[in-house]
Amino acid sequence: MKMFKYIVVGFIFGFGMWKLEAISTFRIIEMFHFQSFHMYGIIMTGVGAGLVITQLFKRGKVKTFKGEIKTFNPKAKTWWRYIIGGIIFGMGWALTGVCSGMMFVLLGAGYTVFVVFLAAAMLGTFAYGLWRSWLPH
Amino acid sequence: MNLEQIHAFISQPWPWWMGGVTIGFTLWILFRFGKEFGLSANLRTMCAADGAGEFADFFAFDWEKQGWNLMVGLGALFGGYIAANYFGGDGMAHISQATIDTLNGIAGKNILTEGNVPIVPGTTIVTTELDPFWSIYTWESVFTLRGFIIIVGGGFLIGFGARYAGGCTSGHAISGLADLQLPSLVAVIGFFVGGLIMTWLILPYILQIPY
Repeated sequence: MKMFKYIVVGFIFGFGMWKLEAISTFRIIEMFHFQSFHMYGIIMTGVGAGLVITQLFKRGKVKTFKGEIKTFNPKAKTWWRYIIGGIIFGMGWALTGVCSGMMFVLLGAGYTVFVVFLAAAMLGTFAYGLWRSWLPH
Repeated sequence: MNLEQIHAFISQPWPWWMGGVTIGFTLWILFRFGKEFGLSANLRTMCAADGAGEFADFFAFDWEKQGWNLMVGLGALFGGYIAANYFGGDGMAHISQATIDTLNGIAGKNILTEGNVPIVPGTTIVTTELDPFWSIYTWESVFTLRGFIIIVGGGFLIGFGARYAGGCTSGHAISGLADLQLPSLVAVIGFFVGGLIMTWLILPYILQIPY
């Protein structure tokens, strides 16, 4: 089954996020109070590893399994969407202490109430899709 | 090393630099498959799969092509299950004493002590009995005003904000910054501005709502 490999990737990511306590709402509060290096360490080493890996792929030093050079889509250079959207996302992140990837991990860990969180997140995404043309980007 | 020692080794809390190892592996393997790393895109895919394309063009796309990303989300779900149930260690969040003091200050009573802070406050097999003040992520809680605001309100903001900003923590803070994308830096600064406003100015009052 060709989809199985993606389950394995997600498994390792989700497992790691749990063990790193990145799914902990208390860790998020700690981060926004600047009381520990822990979350910053995770993000900074993640970005650091990502920088090296992205450059290796961009320059064709490492190719995809199909032997192609991986392309990266540059983000559109507008600003309002990143500023307003970013602030809204950040408020949600701090309010629940959970971001979009972590809800899957928590659901699996047995916090079944996160199906409500997932439904609310889908509703939020749907609302954006509906109101998109009226929002400044 | 025998199996028991390996199990104990994995079960201890991971140091922060393991974030680089975990995230680095995830990016590496997804790039090798020719894909991207961004989990909030799944929210759009799930809306599209439910027929949202009839209401907005934003959801009228070939969502089955995004099936691989849903599998990453499903894998993360399995990862959470195995980590929490079989490699959970003490099931505690090893936060700093300063944070414990802050949290007790918000609650107005000394509920949390060092080594006794559940990783996520709520009822599952890995957490112990906890004062109702921090029992937020439970089915009982979501039917109170406080729990509703935190779980439903937070979920809505996450879903709305992630799509508005064009990415979340994985798409912007990790993938975008790693690709030196200026828009991602702006978005991440936005995440932190929003997070700081919520944590310092709003969340303490929401937590005070009777539950």
